[in-house]
Amino acid sequence: MWTVSLALLPALLSGVYFFGLKALFVTASCIISSIIFEHLYMKIVDKKTVVSDGSAFLTGLLLGMNMPASLWSFSPFTAHVPIVASFVAVVITKQLFGGLGFNVFNPALIGRAFALISWPKAMTIWSEPSAAFLAMDAKTTATPLGILKEEGVAKLLEVFGDKMSLYTHLLTGNRAGSLGEVSAIAILIGGLFLLSKRYITWHIPVSFLGTVAVMAWVLGGKGALFTGDPIVHLLSGGMMLGAWFMATDYVTSPSVKNGQIIFGVGCGALTMLIRLKGGFPEGVMFAILIMNCFAPLIDRSFKSKVFGAVKQTKAKEIKQ
Amino acid sequence: MGLATFKGGIHPPDKKTLAAGSSIVVAKPPKIVVIPLSQHIGAPCKPIVSIGQEVKKGEIIGEPAGFVSSPVHSSVSGKVVAIGEFPNAMGRMVNSVVIENDGKEEWTSLKDNPDYMNLSPEELKEKVKAAGIVGMGGAAFPTVVKLSPPKEKAIDAVLINGAECEPYLTADYRLMIEKSKEVVEGLKILMKILGVQKGYIGIENNKPDAVAKMKEAAAGEAGIEVLALEVKYPQGAEKMLIKAILGREVPPRALPMDVGVVVQNVGTALAIYEAARFGKPLIERVVTVTGEGIAEPKNLMVRIGTKVSDLIEECGGFKGGAGKVISGGPMMGFALSSLDVSVTKGTSGILVIPEENVTHVDEFGPCIRCGRCIDACAMGLMPSMLSVLSERGFYEEAKEYNLFDCFECGSCTYVCPSKRPIVQLVRLAKSMVKP
Repeated sequence: MWTVSLALLPALLSGVYFFGLKALFVTASCIISSIIFEHLYMKIVDKKTVVSDGSAFLTGLLLGMNMPASLWSFSPFTAHVPIVASFVAVVITKQLFGGLGFNVFNPALIGRAFALISWPKAMTIWSEPSAAFLAMDAKTTATPLGILKEEGVAKLLEVFGDKMSLYTHLLTGNRAGSLGEVSAIAILIGGLFLLSKRYITWHIPVSFLGTVAVMAWVLGGKGALFTGDPIVHLLSGGMMLGAWFMATDYVTSPSVKNGQIIFGVGCGALTMLIRLKGGFPEGVMFAILIMNCFAPLIDRSFKSKVFGAVKQTKAKEIKQ
Repeated sequence: MGLATFKGGIHPPDKKTLAAGSSIVVAKPPKIVVIPLSQHIGAPCKPIVSIGQEVKKGEIIGEPAGFVSSPVHSSVSGKVVAIGEFPNAMGRMVNSVVIENDGKEEWTSLKDNPDYMNLSPEELKEKVKAAGIVGMGGAAFPTVVKLSPPKEKAIDAVLINGAECEPYLTADYRLMIEKSKEVVEGLKILMKILGVQKGYIGIENNKPDAVAKMKEAAAGEAGIEVLALEVKYPQGAEKMLIKAILGREVPPRALPMDVGVVVQNVGTALAIYEAARFGKPLIERVVTVTGEGIAEPKNLMVRIGTKVSDLIEECGGFKGGAGKVISGGPMMGFALSSLDVSVTKGTSGILVIPEENVTHVDEFGPCIRCGRCIDACAMGLMPSMLSVLSERGFYEEAKEYNLFDCFECGSCTYVCPSKRPIVQLVRLAKSMVKP
């Protein structure tokens, strides 16, 4: 857990860089309240606190990184949103389902979904990225996916100049969005670190991103098939953070490799379905949450292949 | 091209250097031996000696009771002083014969027959049976049973298991270095008994000198091949070895003979040679006494029935505080509850782990479904599910996850980041339901 948290550091730093200290405050309030809620819950049910396993810390960190930095605001007062979301994540989504290892849904994502539905306005005030560190009142703007959804590709290109400039902004993170999801590069560094440390395997991220790329290319264009821009879809929204850090959560994803590929493909397909046809501009969160439901089922149906088992059926076929 | 191996498995530190350098030394003759009458898988022997009776070295003291059984011989010359229940290494009470060594070392009869290769397969098999030979890799399955496949199972290859994939252990390694010729002879006898043309000796590649030695010994022998295998636990498990060497997969719940293979351990091959040539029964074996907690790690030639405490004394005693004494290797061996238990035909090592290296798991974490055990499982099982089901008492449901295909190699437990006692939970589940 601590290693995963470490891997998130570049993305968090990029968030702080673009959105200022507010980003840090939002994340810190998520982490602190997650740990406090975990501790309190364990006290109440009289179990040993396991805060040191880093699970609550990581949940808080991920939750914070999935929120807009603009939540750190006192008029209108929205600074309580991270705290309530942390409660939903840690206590309701994780502990009430049996604690670490038994939760069906990704706690951070449920926390975010709860906040998004409860405070739809506050959760979608996106400040414009600026390197002004202490700026407390940043101008607000729309996310690239929001622009794409409401006004189309042409407008998106107009805002960012040209295609190359759009890609660069998306890669570095110089765009509006949740504070930890903006910089594709920073997330990729963390993701590849986890991959190299063998904390995660390629199966979920690659099948997730691959599906999104293919679907964006085939169906993402206006009018004709095969004219979509996969890169915009890959780099925008919560795509990178979702594919590398949220969908790969051990507890809520399948543990058999074949099943992980199905899971990744499902996440990708649902994301694109929501992005292209749904009411929301972004679909990563709901896609992962929906696929979370299927994880146990996928594990059951894709049981690992027992040594020698295939041979046996083949032998039977030969006999017949 | 990579070395031959199987899918899954783990890479624990092999720790073989502790004892690998010391040649096999004949252990001091024990003053007293406690020889269990059940050292093998199958029916226990019936004692055929009485208290006070004088026995010679190699004299039969326990008669097999049934097909899957194996005779037991005296490992010393002397007087039978007791027959009764004594605890074995696993803590169970087993009928045993206690013999006081008179130090005369008188053999029953050992006859050198250099012409043993001209004996018929039936005669050779009879010698293996009479010598009480069992699988010496640890499982102690009566060898003669493996050599008597039903007619419909055509055997076409014999494998000698020199993988010795358990960390720390070096008994088989020393045998391959010091008795390479004899091991090859043992393989030839096995091939003759089974009437097969192909014999293989598989050795993990962390023992390159053993590979070289065995290749040298097998040079010019028709049909015998020595293969270096990837260093990976559990490479020495029968099914994994067959997969690595022949590419054949033994179906779930089937035996190697179902894919035309018989596998024997290096030590067993040596015992077979000695039985065929000299008529020598299995009364001694090489035991690696090792671990960071023993003063002088050694490979000892030990009489069956010698007490573990005698071996530890011979190796200079404990170094520092001994935390655990394990019979066998660290992966599949079991901790001893007393040092007053005997070395049996299946004891490959005595491992002493110092207190500071012992982890006492009082509480373990929940399964976080990371799937590492699934990747490590050589049998392609889902140890995570098995452990969760067993923990909650859903033993019947565990069968749906192929509970009984687990051969308890412990790889899952080794890799588990939550330090869950997975293999112990699997054993519990196995004991609660019928296959």
